[in-house]
Amino acid sequence: MSATNGGARTQILNGIRRSLRRGELAGPARESVAARLNAPLRGPLVGRAQLPQPEKVALFCQWAEINNATVARVAAGEVAGEVAAYLVRNNLPAEAAMAPSPLLDRYGWSGQKLLTLRRGRGEGRDQVSITGAFAGIAETGTLVMVSGADHPVSLNLLPDTHIVVLREEDVVAGYEEVWARLRERYGKDALPRTVNTITGPSRTGDIEQAMELGAHGPRRMHIVVVPE
Amino acid sequence: MQSTSRNFHHNVEDALANPNLQDSLAKLKVGFSERRRQAVERLPEFEALRDAARDIKNHTLANLDFYLEEFERKVTALGGHVHWAPTAADARRIITELCLSVGARTIAKSKSMISEEIGINDHLEAQGIAPIETDLGEYIIQLRREPPSHIIAPAVHLTKDQVADTFLEHHRALGFTQRLTERSDLVAEARHVLRQKFLDADVGLTGANFLVAETGSSMLVTNEGNADLSNTLPRMHIVLASIEKVIPTLEDAAVLLRVLARSATGQESSVYTTLNTGPKRSGDLDGPSQYHVVILDNGRSSVLGTDMQEMLRCIRCGACMNHCPVYGAIGGHAYGWVYPGPIGAVLTPQLIGVEEASNLPNASTFCGRCESVCPVRIPLPKLMRHWREREFERHLTPKAVRQGLALWSFLAQRPKLYRLLTGWTNRTLALFGRGEGRFRALPLASGWTRFRDFPAPESGGTFHAQWARHGGARPRP
Repeated sequence: MSATNGGARTQILNGIRRSLRRGELAGPARESVAARLNAPLRGPLVGRAQLPQPEKVALFCQWAEINNATVARVAAGEVAGEVAAYLVRNNLPAEAAMAPSPLLDRYGWSGQKLLTLRRGRGEGRDQVSITGAFAGIAETGTLVMVSGADHPVSLNLLPDTHIVVLREEDVVAGYEEVWARLRERYGKDALPRTVNTITGPSRTGDIEQAMELGAHGPRRMHIVVVPE
Repeated sequence: MQSTSRNFHHNVEDALANPNLQDSLAKLKVGFSERRRQAVERLPEFEALRDAARDIKNHTLANLDFYLEEFERKVTALGGHVHWAPTAADARRIITELCLSVGARTIAKSKSMISEEIGINDHLEAQGIAPIETDLGEYIIQLRREPPSHIIAPAVHLTKDQVADTFLEHHRALGFTQRLTERSDLVAEARHVLRQKFLDADVGLTGANFLVAETGSSMLVTNEGNADLSNTLPRMHIVLASIEKVIPTLEDAAVLLRVLARSATGQESSVYTTLNTGPKRSGDLDGPSQYHVVILDNGRSSVLGTDMQEMLRCIRCGACMNHCPVYGAIGGHAYGWVYPGPIGAVLTPQLIGVEEASNLPNASTFCGRCESVCPVRIPLPKLMRHWREREFERHLTPKAVRQGLALWSFLAQRPKLYRLLTGWTNRTLALFGRGEGRFRALPLASGWTRFRDFPAPESGGTFHAQWARHGGARPRP
């Protein structure tokens, strides 16, 4: 395939250049476009999320609830208890698949004797998953999940109920701060395989334009916001 | 997909006489457009974001070759593969070969308009590979073997009862023998049936809302999560995207995402926005081991540098059709090919030829609502007018219209004769129409009066006569 693919590549790129009435970008023109790529320009600032950190966290919670997630704000020592109580409140089994993340391990799960946790990726039969989050976006109540050995993507998608533990310090104003944190953490040229940004439970409006929750991903999303 | 755009007039008559379609379209007029209005009201920066979105797309199109090469470089560096497809046939061949290379039997497919454009499903089926549409709307119309009628709500032409009948017919063999009446039950049944399909699929085939040159990522926006299951569970992920989907940076994506969801469904944000960059990494517990991006041209590069270039800014939100009085009356199928509504009227002649699709740019009142809501400010009426001009140049305009235009042009160059004739016509119509104020039938105008009344002119004379009587042109005070 590669030999013909080379021809196809040239055909498309030359077609573009012919239409634009120029050859391959070179000299100052190329430098200016490359400079824009290397130093990304931010678009218009969205004013509503430009707030001090505590108000930013409050705005995140407000938008998450508008988008059909539920939110609990608890101390770090109460996370495991809140998760167990949430499962009881919603008549869900006391079993969950949890992301194998050292950050999550700090929350004292062994104190919840009735809660059975399996650490690993999501399986088709899982009812409940528990994961952390890379960030929360205050502007829209959106969670940001980054794939890796400590966070399998399938946990965000397969279970009926997704419980997310989010640290207040990870709440940012908008996408732009998320991109900056990703570049800082992973380097400029090596994003992880998947960055999921998720705003509330899965939904569809495909039958008569009426919103129904739980199309393919989780029907319920519960966000536990902790100070640390 | 075989086009029926030539039969546009016949399609329209069918659409207007279809009560289920008319019920569905009535909901569309108050649904998406009202929710968009509210979302825009909540975001004071919206108009500035539209300007920025337009500028990002213009900049990218002016440097498209550079950004595509950068995108390819990044994808390759991270272990992915880029395939270039000048034509629809090339894209079909590449995708089929990739599927066969892993012995694929079924593929989980996430909604992609370009996949409709290249007709990949029929092609795969002919090779013994079963493509399963996983977006709920696409799944419904795949069962019914219908094309989509809207670019973001493919089954918007159907009622709940029609969906219930379709599910009963096709899911009976899987043990679902009860006819459902609640929307939530229909969604749950589809979820159950499709979950197994996801787990069984060998390949996930998705489109892309954007390709990010800076990072070599494909970006997908959905509400259901079907695209994410498609790009995570199977062992190969194939992304099919056209050349104009590339954008420079993640910051540019942030601007475009802010206008996309609000313009499309009126949501502040779609539920899932996902960046996929390369295949599964060592240490990852899930994800595909192969990541391929097929970049399709299919005639788009020839639009660059022409007076039609602005159509390539489109981010496929569907706002133009949600706000179009013509789409609102006839729905998407009447347009006869993949892309309906105002953007379809502009894209279709480009992609399948103006000879085939010349009816579409004429199916517009030029009311301008489409342009007024377009998140990237595409001047859709202007582009439709360009197509009408090209149609005229190529002598594709119907004979009666050409003769009428020739007659008008003859008279317009002879002002005295023009005023004499229009004055006489005006007085005659005013005299005969004064009773009802309108005509149910008129000689030589049956094409108009067959569907609507012709208003009788009020007494007072032609525009020219009234203009002269009121003093004609005056210097401004």
